[in-house]
Amino acid sequence: MPHTGGASPLEFDAQSPWRLDPKVALRDEEFGALAYHYGNRRLVFLKSRDLVEIVRSLGDAPSAHAAITAVVDAPSVPTYEAALARLAGSEIIRAA
Amino acid sequence: MPPEAFALRDRFKLGLEAPICLTWELTYACNLACIHCLSSSGRRDPRELSIAEAMGVIDEMAALKVFYVNIGGGEPLIRSDFFDIVDYAVDQGVGVKFSTNGTRLDKGRAEKLAGSDYVDIQISLDGADAATNDAVRGEGSYATALRAMDNLAEANFGPFKISVVMTRQNIAQLDDFEALAARYGAQLRLTRLRPSGRGADTWDQLHPTTAQQRELYQWLLDRPGILTGDSFFHLSALGDPLEGLNLCGAGRVVCLIDPIGDVYACPFVIHDDFMAGNVRDEGGFTKVWRESELFSSLREPSSAGACASCGSYDACQGGCMAAKFFTGLPLDGPDPECVFGHGEEALEAVAVELRPGPSQDHSVRTPVRLGARD
Repeated sequence: MPHTGGASPLEFDAQSPWRLDPKVALRDEEFGALAYHYGNRRLVFLKSRDLVEIVRSLGDAPSAHAAITAVVDAPSVPTYEAALARLAGSEIIRAA
Repeated sequence: MPPEAFALRDRFKLGLEAPICLTWELTYACNLACIHCLSSSGRRDPRELSIAEAMGVIDEMAALKVFYVNIGGGEPLIRSDFFDIVDYAVDQGVGVKFSTNGTRLDKGRAEKLAGSDYVDIQISLDGADAATNDAVRGEGSYATALRAMDNLAEANFGPFKISVVMTRQNIAQLDDFEALAARYGAQLRLTRLRPSGRGADTWDQLHPTTAQQRELYQWLLDRPGILTGDSFFHLSALGDPLEGLNLCGAGRVVCLIDPIGDVYACPFVIHDDFMAGNVRDEGGFTKVWRESELFSSLREPSSAGACASCGSYDACQGGCMAAKFFTGLPLDGPDPECVFGHGEEALEAVAVELRPGPSQDHSVRTPVRLGARD
């Protein structure tokens, strides 16, 4: 995919606040949700309902980490941090 | 492909709440007469949806959270209410990606369209030079498309798409297409030729050879940024899967609304056998998508049929339903362009006369001139 200057996964800091990009629309599906970015026209799959809940609550959480731990247990936290890092890479979420 | 991607693909086979990719052909009218036109377009159909009905369709898309619609035709800009339809969609939060041959994309319209994140444009071009393109799309169509691209570039539209149907004649030009797209800051989108519409009559001459398919596969594998609309998943049997879902999305994640509101399983199967209902029916598009018998059956587990003994079925899923149907092949067997040649063997057993004919044809009729001499 052409990269339009979004944060690379390395730049994702889970201790900072993040939020859904205002140009992104979410659509719930049984497996999770579809996310579409109207600016870069990328379609991304959120592959679990927990991830969808985390993404939706990001804007109200003090940090991405806090949003994750509010939804999933400690052993799953690294998986979800990695998932958010990928979403940051495709500009679905952005630093708040 | 990671295991989770396979799991998601299996989920998609069961269908979604709403399509991911919805193609909506606004009119059968077209000023061109491309020899591979998948919808045999040319003449407007008097039954085409009115603007009020089109707005009703958009309302449904907004309620279903369909992110964007792929508008095509025919040539959609021929409709005098085209921009009213686009404006209405954008106002409802439904993005519009439309395909055009560029004829009516003048400077003024390019500027008007440049302002919106919600509008994306695909210019159709089937050759990297005029001779190759015009042999398929008609004389002067290359110059017309490039003029439209110039207008978009001048209006700073941003990265529009150049959409190319891959043929035996243009596969040698892959690098030229890439250079052309780079010159315009455009994205290249390559799609597969199907034996649909007028394409049924020209497929034998236009479809790529086996060697060309291998060349295309490698070229795409090296360039994951090239858009394909998941068009070439039958090539994934050659090794590593190409970018995309690698499945037939017909009636599962994609569908087509034709100009008169008929809903088909995909843009390449405009035929009575694959018509699921009409947006004018009670319950509208939503009911057709969620409850039609045809779409329900397409979401049931399908048999690998004659492909069951092939080790690559997981990769290619037996290929494209439309390609099989219009070449007269069974739907649970190999794709006519199976990379291992199983399709060619199967094709030899099907007489050309036994291929299913079209259910509609809006081609411009060539007038018969009685007594004409030349």
